[in-house]
Amino acid sequence: MWFLCVFYHRLLDFRKPEVEALAELFGEDESIQWRLPEHHHNDTPFHFVQLSSEDIAQNIAKRSILVKGMYELWGQGASYEELKHSIETFPDSRKLPFLSSDSTFRISVETFGKALTFDEQRERINSLTYIPFQGKVSLKNPDHNFFIMEMDESEENNGLQPILQRRIFFGREVGFADRKLLPTFQLKSRNYLGPTAMDAEMAFLMANQAKAASGKLVYDPFVGTGSILVSAARFGSMTMGADIDIRVVRDGRGPDCNVWSNFKQYGLPTPVALLRMDNNLPPWRSGLKEIFDAIICDPPYGVRAGGRKSGGRKILRGTVDPYTVPEDKRTDHIPSTGAYSLVECVHDLLHLAARMLVMKGRLVFFFPVLRDENGSEVKFPEHPCFKLVAVSEQILSSRYSRVLLTMVKVEPYSEVIEEAARLMHLEFRENHLKWLEEGNIHSSVFKPSDSSESHTDTKSFKDPKPKYRGKYV
Amino acid sequence: MRLIVHNMLTCNVKGVVNKFPLKIVAEKVVKKEVDFNLDFLWHMLAKIEWKALVDGARSLGYSELPDHAEALESNESFLKKFHHALLELHLEEGSLVCKETGRKFPVKKGVPNMLLHEDEV
Repeated sequence: MWFLCVFYHRLLDFRKPEVEALAELFGEDESIQWRLPEHHHNDTPFHFVQLSSEDIAQNIAKRSILVKGMYELWGQGASYEELKHSIETFPDSRKLPFLSSDSTFRISVETFGKALTFDEQRERINSLTYIPFQGKVSLKNPDHNFFIMEMDESEENNGLQPILQRRIFFGREVGFADRKLLPTFQLKSRNYLGPTAMDAEMAFLMANQAKAASGKLVYDPFVGTGSILVSAARFGSMTMGADIDIRVVRDGRGPDCNVWSNFKQYGLPTPVALLRMDNNLPPWRSGLKEIFDAIICDPPYGVRAGGRKSGGRKILRGTVDPYTVPEDKRTDHIPSTGAYSLVECVHDLLHLAARMLVMKGRLVFFFPVLRDENGSEVKFPEHPCFKLVAVSEQILSSRYSRVLLTMVKVEPYSEVIEEAARLMHLEFRENHLKWLEEGNIHSSVFKPSDSSESHTDTKSFKDPKPKYRGKYV
Repeated sequence: MRLIVHNMLTCNVKGVVNKFPLKIVAEKVVKKEVDFNLDFLWHMLAKIEWKALVDGARSLGYSELPDHAEALESNESFLKKFHHALLELHLEEGSLVCKETGRKFPVKKGVPNMLLHEDEV
């Protein structure tokens, strides 16, 4: 069945992958099909999606962050005449059950890119007299909610492609978003925050990409203040987190301001465990495997926060031999940690996920990319156990973005596979050498721009980011 | 720290053979209620090292667990005990001790510190 899916105009790359992940969560076996309305481009809010049932559409809409609503389309057209014709050809057997005299209904008008006066809206609603509505109008909680959605033609706008023709849709709402979710969980009212706490909207998107749900165990190996786990917990999962920084994970900012209190603030079950450990030297027992349903995380990119692993930097370089801390100082000793490059960190993450995720479990994580003016192919880390199913870019500045990668475990872990993975990692690290030459991604992001670029030759300086795209679009 | 995670941890100091399970030395144990979730429990039942769980529960003061995991997974009273031992017993203060070397991993405010010192890596 085809439904009209109307998205919010935000985080454009994230919209369809979220629906696809949720469709799978709610029971779709095959990958879902998408179609664009006539004359619309991919960044339009309107998309047609094929789903097996109205229930699935409703469940997706309710849980999704970027879907405004799902509608059963009764008609569409470039004018109200065409719309009338289209609705009249929609089978009565599909219409009549929702027009019965013992039901209540409401018709709303929504316009995209313009505002209508109350009279203009009423005029449009009144034009629908050819639809035999038998029920009573109720503006509050009607049984059936109908929408006229109008989007005019538009010109090219800041890089956004033009829409060549006006389009009007008429549909019956089958599902809508939970608008209370984001205001409740927004970071500004969060109890315990850290500099890299994940924005609530993004954390929910990640939890959706990971198909977090009741009965599942979700792990975050870079838990920090727990912002990602809070979203997974809200969707019913049991959660577990680890971090190398003991101050964040154990102490927080006090007994009522720590990771645990972040969960208590929303009445959510606290994580089954918070650990202090090093992902580079994990303490898992050797027989342990396939225990997590999802791993969701935001590894340190080395831009605003760097990764750390065991061994002080002098030890890791070999300048100094591993030293033994005297007995009396051992209990409160905080072991030295050394630099942990992004590439190595991601390799350890993939290794962890390959072993600890259940089959078909999902690994969802952010990976930073430098935005190349040449638009050259970006290579992402790979592992033979995983299939990459979604890549969504969030533009952070003109210099760099981060992409949310969603990987599904399709092969069981084995020694043979681990060897293949090690080779893939070495090859990947080779390709990342160019970052290492420039120092690291941190310096690439923060280096002052060449004055020659911006002053003298304005023709050759291309802003690779179309103006309508930004951090939240 | 709950027994579910104790069941996953080893002493990963270089050269240690008898790494699992770690002995629990309990100083403060707290009981916190957790909602019962059947799917989650069944999933965990397949992964848990039973003996380590039974011994761990005893260290935290709970001896009701049977010595062997019930073949009848749908036995309600068994599942309730499993749920209680796995998720509702919290070690707030104490330590996890390696049986081979005696190395103590402290547990403070419910968080175990598994980080190794410079000479153990």
